[in-house]
Amino acid sequence: MPVSFWEYVGTYHEKLLFDAWQHAGAVFQCMVVATVTGVLIGVATYRREWAAGLATTTTSALLTVPSLAMIGLLIPVVGLGVAPTVIALTLYGLLPVVRNAVVGLRGVDPLLVDAAKGIGMSRPLRLLRVELPLAWPPILTGIRVSTQMLMGIAAIAAYASGPGLGNEIFRGIASLGSANALNQVLAGALGIVALALLFDAAYVLLGRLTIPRGIRG
Amino acid sequence: MTATGVPSKDGNATDASTTGPPAPDATAPDVDFGLPATLPPDGTTSATTSATATATATAPAPAPAPAPAPDETPPPRKPSPTPLTWQKLTVLPSVLVVVLLITWIWFRQAELDSISENALSNGQVWQALVQHIRLTAISTFFVLVIAIPLGILLTRRTFRRATPVAMTVANTGQATPAIGLLALLVIWLGIGRRAALIGIIVYAVLPVLSNTIAGLKANDPTLLEAARGIGMSPAEVLARVELPLAVPLILAGVRTALVLNVGTATLATFGGGGGLGVLITTGITNQRMPVLVLGSILTVALALLVDWLASLAEVVLRPRGLEAGS
Repeated sequence: MPVSFWEYVGTYHEKLLFDAWQHAGAVFQCMVVATVTGVLIGVATYRREWAAGLATTTTSALLTVPSLAMIGLLIPVVGLGVAPTVIALTLYGLLPVVRNAVVGLRGVDPLLVDAAKGIGMSRPLRLLRVELPLAWPPILTGIRVSTQMLMGIAAIAAYASGPGLGNEIFRGIASLGSANALNQVLAGALGIVALALLFDAAYVLLGRLTIPRGIRG
Repeated sequence: MTATGVPSKDGNATDASTTGPPAPDATAPDVDFGLPATLPPDGTTSATTSATATATATAPAPAPAPAPAPDETPPPRKPSPTPLTWQKLTVLPSVLVVVLLITWIWFRQAELDSISENALSNGQVWQALVQHIRLTAISTFFVLVIAIPLGILLTRRTFRRATPVAMTVANTGQATPAIGLLALLVIWLGIGRRAALIGIIVYAVLPVLSNTIAGLKANDPTLLEAARGIGMSPAEVLARVELPLAVPLILAGVRTALVLNVGTATLATFGGGGGLGVLITTGITNQRMPVLVLGSILTVALALLVDWLASLAEVVLRPRGLEAGS
C-alpha cells in the first residue's frame, strides 16, 4: 500500500533520525580531522613555492577522482563499512581546505607580517596571531565547500556499507517499483539537503564568531 | 555550497595565478579563486574587490565577503611566473601510462573465477568504457548549451535582478546529493540511460552556471564602459568585449562540467545507465576485487585524462591578450 511521504517519515522517524545522526556525525568528524590536517599541510607548504604548488596540484588532481572509484580502490585495502567511508570522506574533505589554506596564507599582505616581525613577534606567534587569523575566512570557505561535498559523498559511501542517509536512498533504488521506493529516496535525499543547509548555517554563525572584527565585511 | 568539480576547476591555474605578476587585470585570479558558489548572494563582491585590488594593495578591502583576503595581495615573493609548464602537462599522461601498464600486468596474472570472468568477458570492459565516455560527452555538451547562454542571459540588464535568485537556487541545488537526484529521476522516468543523462546534466548545470555568472560579473566595468563609450551596441559589447574576456572562464566551465560528469556518470549504473560504475558495483556486490579494482582504476584514469585534456584546451584556446592574467 502506498503511503504518503509524511506517513512514511512518521512511521520510520526513529530509523531516519538515527541515519541522519550517523550521516552528520561521519561528515562532522571527518571534517574536523580534515580541517586540522589541511591547515597543517597549508602551514607546512605555503612558504615554499614548489611545496605549495605540489600541495595544490595534488589536491586538485585527487578532487577529479570520482568518489565511487575512490571508495572502490579503498575497499580491497581496508574492507567494507566504516573504514573506507571515513578515509574517503577525510581525503576529499582535505582538498578544498588545503588549497584555501595555501592560497589564504600566501595572500596575507607581507607588509603586515613584516610589521608583526617589527614589533618583535616570533615566527609561531606571527603565524598564530597574524597570518592564520587573516587567512581564516578563505579557510572557512574551504571548510564549507568540503562539507557540502562530503554530504553527497557520504551518501555514495553507503553503497560500501557505510553509515548514514545514503542507505535510505540505496534501499529505495533496490526496491524500485515498490510503493515505498519514492519515499525512501525522498527521505534520504531531503534529509541530506536539510543536513547540508544546517551545517551551512552553522558555518555562517561560526564565521560571525571567529572572523576577526577588523577584516569582517 | 558546491560539488566536487567546482573546486577542481582551477587545478593548474591556481598556483599560476597566485604567483603571477601583480600588474595584469585582477579579474583572472579573482575568478579563479572566487570559488563562485561560495560567495553566497552577493556576487557583487568579486567585482568590487577586483576593482579595488588594482587600485590598492592593502589588506582590508572595503567590502570583503567570506573569501576576499587572497585575491587582493598579489604576493610579490618571486616574480617567476612559472610558465604553464609543458612538463606539468606531460607528467600526468606518463603517470597514467605507467599506472595502466601496472594494472594490465597485474591483471594478466590475476586469477579470475567464473563470476569475474562473467563480469569482464566479451568486451564488457570496453563497452563500459565507451558508454562512460559517451555519457560524459553528451551530458557535457548539454550542460554547456544550457548553462552558458543562461549565464549570459542572467547577467544582462533586463534579468540582472534575477541573478541572486538564480545563484541561490544553484547553491542550494548543489546541496542535493547526486545519487539522490539520480534515484528520484529513475523513479520518475524509469530505468535507463535517459534518466541517468538528465541527472548528470542537471547536476552539472548549476556549478557551470554560477561560474559563468561570476565570471561575467567580474569583468572590469571600466572596460565595458569604454566599449560603450566608443559607441558599441550592447550586442557588440557582449560579442567583442565580454565574451572574449570570459573565454578562460568558459573554458574553466567546460573543465568543471567534464570532470563533474565523469564522476556523476559512475553513478549512472544505479539507474541502469551503464558506464564504468557497472564494474565497480559488480565488484562490490560480488566481492570480486579484480573487477572492482579494474573498474576503479579505469574510472580514475579517465577522470584524470579528461581533466588533463581540458587543461590543455585551456592553455591552447586562451585568447592571446589574456595570457598574462593567469
